[in-house]
Amino acid sequence: MGSNCDYTKAVFDHFQNPRNMGEIEDADGVGTVGNPSCGDVLKVMLKVDGDKISDVKFQTFGCAAAIASSSMMTTLVKGKKISEAKKITNKDVAAALGQLPPIKVHCSNLAADALQKAIGDLK
Amino acid sequence: MRIYLDNAATTKVYPEVAKKVNEIFLKSYGNASSLHSVGREARSELVKAREEIAKFVGCDSKEIVFTSGGTESNNLAIRGLAPMNPDKKHIVTSVVEHPSVLETCKYMGKWGYEIDYVGVDSEGIVDVKEVEKLIRDDTLLVSVMHVNNEIGTVQPVEEIGKVCKKKGVYFHTDAVQGFSKVDLDLGNIDLMSVSGHKIGAPKGVGFLYVKNGTKISPILNGGGQENGLRSGTENVPGIVGLATALDVSVDKKKIKKSRDKIIAGLKKIKGVKINGSMKNRVYNNVNVSFYGIEGESLMLMLDKDGIYVSTGSACASTKLKESYVLKAIGAEELYVHGSIRMTLGEDVVGNEDFVVGKIEEKVNKLRKISPFKLELENE
Repeated sequence: MGSNCDYTKAVFDHFQNPRNMGEIEDADGVGTVGNPSCGDVLKVMLKVDGDKISDVKFQTFGCAAAIASSSMMTTLVKGKKISEAKKITNKDVAAALGQLPPIKVHCSNLAADALQKAIGDLK
Repeated sequence: MRIYLDNAATTKVYPEVAKKVNEIFLKSYGNASSLHSVGREARSELVKAREEIAKFVGCDSKEIVFTSGGTESNNLAIRGLAPMNPDKKHIVTSVVEHPSVLETCKYMGKWGYEIDYVGVDSEGIVDVKEVEKLIRDDTLLVSVMHVNNEIGTVQPVEEIGKVCKKKGVYFHTDAVQGFSKVDLDLGNIDLMSVSGHKIGAPKGVGFLYVKNGTKISPILNGGGQENGLRSGTENVPGIVGLATALDVSVDKKKIKKSRDKIIAGLKKIKGVKINGSMKNRVYNNVNVSFYGIEGESLMLMLDKDGIYVSTGSACASTKLKESYVLKAIGAEELYVHGSIRMTLGEDVVGNEDFVVGKIEEKVNKLRKISPFKLELENE
C-alpha cells in the first residue's frame, strides 16, 4: 500500500465524477480492451461529425485509476479532429491526471488503447 | 461519521491499553535485562504480563516467546523448527494461508524443502483427511491457520492437530485472526502465532506459543532474551499492552448480530455473493462480492463517506492480482474482482442500515459505469 496507492486530486475527481460516462447507441466506432480476469475492461464509443469526434462515451469495469483514466481520456478527445485524437497516447492521459502510481500506469495504457481501437473501428 | 470496518488489518489501541503503555514508557522504561532498580521494575512488568498472557492462553508462561508480531512468529515457527529436525524436509500447509506463512514456505523451498498445499472447499475450509494423506515420513510440520484473514473461515485446527499428533508431526497454527475471538484447545497444537495489533494492543508485539518439549532454533541471535529463542531488548510497553488488551471485554454477541444484519441487508442487493462459510466464520467478518464492479473502486467510494473497508482483490494491495483466497474457493471471475472485506468492531453497532445503504448506493453508481451491467439484468 502506502505511496504506491496514492492518487492525485485529478484521479479522485474523475473517479468520483466521471465525465462522458455511458453509452452511444448508434456509435460510429467502438473499442473494447481488457479482460475481466485481469480486473479491467474498458469500452469506448465514438460519434463523428465529418472529421471531428462529436461525442464520446465510456464504460469501465475496473479500479479508480481505470475509471479516472477513461474519463480523462474522453475529455481529451471530445470535439477534437480524428487526426488529433489518433495522436493521443497513454502518456497524455497519465500526464493529464498528474501522475499515476507506477502499478496503475497500465490503466492509462488501456484508456488510450481503447480509444485507438475505437478510432480504428470508424467506417 | 467514521465507521472503521478494517479490524482484521489492524485495530485502534484500546484507551486502557494506551494509558497503560504510556505509563510503562514513562515509568518502567528500563531494559528488562538491567540489574538496577529501573531494569528490575521493567522486568517485573514483563514477568507479570507474561503470566497474565499465559493464563489467558491456558499455558505455562515458559511457553510464550514474545516477538514483533504475526509475521515474525510465523517465520520463527517454520524456520525455527527446521534446523532441529534436519532429516525432515517436507512441509504441509494450505492454499489460503497468510503471505507470511506462504512466503516462508516458499523460502524453505529454496533450501531443499518440499511443500505440499492442501486445498479448500467452496467455503474455504481445509479437508482434514487431505491433510492426513499429504503427511509423509519426512514431514517436518503441518501449518494451517486458525481463522482466514480474508473470508473469516474458521479452520478445523483442533482436528488437524489430532491427525498430526497421531502421525507424529509438528503442528503450527497461525492464530493471528482467531486468537481471543474463537476458542481454541491447544492440546494438539505445538506452535501458535499471535499478533497484538489485531486485538487492541500496539503494533510491533506478538508471541509464538511453543509447547513444552517442542524444540526450535532462534532466527534472531544476540543477547539471548526469551530463553535464547528471540534475542533483542524486550518490548516491555508492547508486551504489557498486549496483556492489558486481553483484559478488555468485547461484546462478541453484539458484533455478531451486527454482522448478520449487514449480511442480510447485503443479500437483498442484486448480483451479490457472500464469500466463506456462514457456520464456521469468525463473528466479525463480512466478505462480499458484487457482480461487474471492482473492489478498489467500491472501497474508495465508501472511503469518501467515512466507511473504511478493505479489498483482498486486485489493485488495493498493490499487487495487480485477484484474491488467491477467493480464487481458491472457486469464486467467479466477474465476482472475484468486486469483493470487499469488512471486519467489524463495536462502532458499527446501530449503523448497520447506514453501511448497507451506502454500499448499495456505491454499487449502483459503479454498475452504471461498468459495461457489465446489462448481463446482470439478464441474470
